[in-house]
Amino acid sequence: MMNTFVVYVENKPGVLTRVASLFRRRAFNIDSLTVGRTEKPEVSRMTITAEADHDQARRIEANLYKLVNVLLVENITHEPSIVRDLAMIKVAATHEARSHVLELASVFRARVVDVAPDSLTIEITGAEDKIDGLLEVLRPYGVLEMVRTGIVAMRRGKNTISPATAINGELEIAEDDVSQSV
Amino acid sequence: MKPKTAGKTMTGAGILWECIEREGVKDVFGYPGGAILPAYDALKHSKIHHILVRHEQGATHMADGYARAGGKVGVAVATSGPGATNMVTGIATAMLDSSPIVCITGQVGSKLIGSDAFQETDITGVTLPITKHNYLVTHANEVARTIREAFYVAKSGRPGPVLVDITKDAQQTSAEFDWDAAKPQLPGYRPDLSPEQKEYEQALDLIHKSKRPVILAGHGIIISGAMQEVRDFAERAGIPVALTLLGIGAFPAAHPLNLGMMGMHGEAWVNHTIQEADLLLAFGMRFDDRVTGNLKTYAPNAKKIHIEIDPAEINKNVKVDVPLVGDLREVLHELLPHVESIDRSEWLDLIDKLKGDSAVRDIQNLPDSGHLYAAHVINDLWRETRDGDTVIVTDVGQHQMWEAQYYKHEKARSLITSGGLGTMGFALPAAIGAKVARPEAEVWVVVGDGGFQMTLCELATIVQEKLKVNIAIINNGFLGMVRQWQEFFYERNYAATPLLNPDFAKLAEAYGIRSMTVTERSQVVPSVRSAREHDGPVLINFKVEQEDTVYPMVAAGASLHEMIRRPSKIVETAADE
Repeated sequence: MMNTFVVYVENKPGVLTRVASLFRRRAFNIDSLTVGRTEKPEVSRMTITAEADHDQARRIEANLYKLVNVLLVENITHEPSIVRDLAMIKVAATHEARSHVLELASVFRARVVDVAPDSLTIEITGAEDKIDGLLEVLRPYGVLEMVRTGIVAMRRGKNTISPATAINGELEIAEDDVSQSV
Repeated sequence: MKPKTAGKTMTGAGILWECIEREGVKDVFGYPGGAILPAYDALKHSKIHHILVRHEQGATHMADGYARAGGKVGVAVATSGPGATNMVTGIATAMLDSSPIVCITGQVGSKLIGSDAFQETDITGVTLPITKHNYLVTHANEVARTIREAFYVAKSGRPGPVLVDITKDAQQTSAEFDWDAAKPQLPGYRPDLSPEQKEYEQALDLIHKSKRPVILAGHGIIISGAMQEVRDFAERAGIPVALTLLGIGAFPAAHPLNLGMMGMHGEAWVNHTIQEADLLLAFGMRFDDRVTGNLKTYAPNAKKIHIEIDPAEINKNVKVDVPLVGDLREVLHELLPHVESIDRSEWLDLIDKLKGDSAVRDIQNLPDSGHLYAAHVINDLWRETRDGDTVIVTDVGQHQMWEAQYYKHEKARSLITSGGLGTMGFALPAAIGAKVARPEAEVWVVVGDGGFQMTLCELATIVQEKLKVNIAIINNGFLGMVRQWQEFFYERNYAATPLLNPDFAKLAEAYGIRSMTVTERSQVVPSVRSAREHDGPVLINFKVEQEDTVYPMVAAGASLHEMIRRPSKIVETAADE
């Protein structure tokens, strides 16, 4: 199954290579990897998704911890969490098709971010399957170009994984303190 | 106590040696070159003894041998580019055998990085997958903390190699040196895990229920310094002990509970015992494919307890019932008071029966028919050197397996060998490192004629450093282990395995090393005695049977109990040990 890991790492040169190289070396395939800044400048946050069974996922976690620059690893696959992907889709939209494409975008709560004589660029944020769904219905009009960020993920409610907890040690989570999906 | 040096301004090169010295290092192994020259120049202010090697691979194996023999961090030094890339094999060797070494490499000036400058190699990139951690240092003010972190990472937790690449300008420019302020800052590094109480209870439950338990003793025992604890544990619980190749010495060979080596060339009864067991207690070993054989049929009826410091090893190859992640010595300290003494004589009697059926050590009983067998050489070497503080350093191949079978090691750190990576060319340089770490010990290199020629340039290092190292070449004119595989699995097509060798005795003499050539068994003991009496290094060229074979053998991928056995069985006599 697809596993989602939240990984806090030290913001130092070469750390991304170390993480990526680990997956390659241990023959795990990264499906998606995103990395960005956190509220602490010395800490970066990654969201990594990879196909792995339960045992492999545990070993991915253990191997990530072996990297000296890795501060905290959380497998949130089975945790209530918000998972988002962002895509920009450039669709061929001639005069007659334009209104259909706009309608589809609005059904998916996507935004039009660029309009050109022969195309529309749509920005959509959501779970991966929602983006896949929009892509599916746009395809007949002609998808000219597309880019996706890969997923970012966060636990719901008060279960906070912050860079401060990452640096200061173990993460404490109250099991019953989980908010509902919205 | 060293005087405080807070506020003292020093060059990066000066700080480098000051820190290495403060880490307790007295000897380093290296080879100079352009990008590391500032560091070499600064050596004159240091008390550190530098040993000039003949090839940087040798420096890494020496640091490794130094670490394994002495139980402390070994240091290797090289220049940028080719100097650094020559270290790769030695670093990978140390990585797979969890050996703590720190490799210092020079790098081109920081402004030239990325420009394909002369002798520039991205060595941190190259060594990323084969080091425990590595660093690129571009400022003199980063040197102290990096060296302190490098030593700490190398030796703590599961040890391993750490490489520190220092640009030329970081060596040349100055910074304020303050040892105390340069404490390691490793917020993500957690080498000190320990099991939960529940896991201890589960382990004790399995131990007390087991009727046929075996301890699998690995390298982790020696690294953790848990030899006495393992012995106490085995004796109290009445559990026999099987050893991995790197576990040899962790448990005394002469101990009644010692079974011997397991695995591909392990003794038959050991492998049978493991297959018959109902509980495996893995102590600091990692279920390498060379010890398990086919995983599907491995110890089919056994529960498994795995005591291991590296959580990534748990359930990697073999699914275990109870993992105890932590330092072996500490974990055994927790377990020991709760281990009940149980009579397991039925199980031990069964093992004795399995033993009676085996004849792995048969070759030493072959009559002296003018043939010289490697087993004779190794067994005689053991008889002659068994009482002293002897360190045997082997290379890789048939002689390595015969050494493991025929030399009985009673003490930890008395056998040094490349297990995980199986690096030919390891023995000679690693023995130099061992001798430097333990000058009082008697150091013997046991090496094949193939592997010896991979790093024989280090003979010059032995002579230049005036080291008393004895070298036993087990010379069969073949790459013996490869030839053995060709014999068994490639219809005796000896492709590229026969060796045309130089006269090793003359070669040694060219280096100023005393030498002997031995072709008969009767000459073995006298030659060993003569080598021991000589106060300089001695090389003995043992010309042994050319097409001899290591038995028993578990073919790669076969089940552990399916061993290829010596076709003609020879029964052991009481005269043999």
